[in-house]
Amino acid sequence: MVITNPKYEEALLRYNKKIADASVEDMILNVGPQHPSTHGVLRLELITDGEIVKEVIPHIGYLHRCFEKHAESLTYQQTIPFTDRLDYLASMNNSHAFVIGVERMMGIDKDIPKRVEYIRVLVCELNRIASHLIAIGTYGIDIGAFTPFLWCFRDREHIMGMLEWASGSRMLYNYIWVGGLFYDLPVGFEERCREFVEYFKPKMVELNQLLTDNQVFISRTANVGVLPLDVAINYGCSGPMLRASGLKWDLRRIDNYSAYPEIDFEIPIGQGLMGKVGDCWDRYKVRVDEIEQSLRIVEQCLDRLQKELKRTPDFDPRAKMPRKTIPKAQDYYVRCEGAKGELGFYFMTDGKSEIPTRVKSRGPSFNNLSVLPELSKGVLIADLIAIVGSIDFVLGEVDR
Amino acid sequence: MSFDDIKQLLTEKFGDTVITGKETTGLQPALLINPDDITAVCLELRNNSKTYFDFLSSLSGVHYNDETNRYGVVYHLASIPYKTQLTLKISKPHSKESTELPEFKSVTSVYRTADWHEREAYDLLGIYFEGHPDLRRILLPDDWEGFPLRKDYQNAEFYKGIRID
Repeated sequence: MVITNPKYEEALLRYNKKIADASVEDMILNVGPQHPSTHGVLRLELITDGEIVKEVIPHIGYLHRCFEKHAESLTYQQTIPFTDRLDYLASMNNSHAFVIGVERMMGIDKDIPKRVEYIRVLVCELNRIASHLIAIGTYGIDIGAFTPFLWCFRDREHIMGMLEWASGSRMLYNYIWVGGLFYDLPVGFEERCREFVEYFKPKMVELNQLLTDNQVFISRTANVGVLPLDVAINYGCSGPMLRASGLKWDLRRIDNYSAYPEIDFEIPIGQGLMGKVGDCWDRYKVRVDEIEQSLRIVEQCLDRLQKELKRTPDFDPRAKMPRKTIPKAQDYYVRCEGAKGELGFYFMTDGKSEIPTRVKSRGPSFNNLSVLPELSKGVLIADLIAIVGSIDFVLGEVDR
Repeated sequence: MSFDDIKQLLTEKFGDTVITGKETTGLQPALLINPDDITAVCLELRNNSKTYFDFLSSLSGVHYNDETNRYGVVYHLASIPYKTQLTLKISKPHSKESTELPEFKSVTSVYRTADWHEREAYDLLGIYFEGHPDLRRILLPDDWEGFPLRKDYQNAEFYKGIRID
């Protein structure tokens, strides 16, 4: 059956006309899809007047891998490797959110052993540090600072090595399963992790001296791309992006899921120390502060995992795994704090099969990126690069 | 504000026809809203000082694939000041032989974040949103045929003359 109604074509024609008109009056500049500062395959179409950006039209979808279609044709356990590929810089956080959703629908979320919960939080926070290190490092490189990038990648490599030790793969772990874990932590992991925390703390001081307080960096980022709080909320921004605009909104505290209610940590927010609240520098600084808080969480998890939740020979992380994952017929939306913001999964189940009838993933990067056209009206082209970098999106999650 | 209070608030404001039912079987209760009123309901829930649902977490298009071939949209709202969540659902039967797309009202005027979510629902499920400022495909190419997340979607054999295996 052919779908015909001219009104479905209207928007496309309007867009084509806009581009055709703009190429007469103004200049159209393409940034990407293959450009280092777009952090992946994002294409930005800029309508420019000299150095001033009049309008930004983002084109996404170059990395669309049909996550939702896959999730609707595979069982829950089989979908977990696909969730790893959403935000591939923080895979643990993705599978954690997905697994929490399925466990709540199954009604087994209260039965998960404490040790499993703490291991989940530990690996998630390690992964969050790794993700933020990339955000900071690549942001430096966008602005023109090369050294922080190398330092960040050097330190991130330790985390990658540790998580590889635990799960068997470097980036896409498939470690957190419904009802448990792939394996217990390897023997000696806690000690190695503590070693890393001790090693990493002075490195953060060094990084702050190099980049955070760097006058060139501040001049490029302070007072650039100011995102007011009301705009941020209306555009569905979340995570460091929303917190940088001055709101204490962290789902780890709001929803108190997993082991987070027992853990003590602060929620850093943007304070406008170098310029206005919600500028690029604030967004950067929130991530730096979050790394420090994540280190605190890691230390608390290690304390518990080495003392009262110590490994025992008979501990089986797969003991609570359901044989058949068939939740009752219902709809459920789960939201968790991923590395980039509110990561949500919406499930629709029919109560008969292991395969959900509808899965929607709400990627934080998708919503954070959608504010870009609003944020970059009338800025300079060089500032646009600073704004794009400060949003810190991952195209794997934007396109899904 | 509890779920029933919200239901009562909406009934008082818009009359009895606005809420067509509720789903309370699962972990998250959902309100079924009359599709024509969704924009007004969202605006009221966002602006009312007792609810303040100012954050649209997610907007999902759904193809129910039942006897009447229903299409629907599910809204997940969150209130930042009250730290509450609410699910709204709208749906409409749609003829399988129809040459038109199922049509719903856009909530872009209330939540700007709905812009890209609605484009995604249009792209993958073929749901038309009336009043959307820029309803183009977002993830798939502009010349893609069909809507992949529909339950009756058939994989294409050719894409621009290239056989797909």
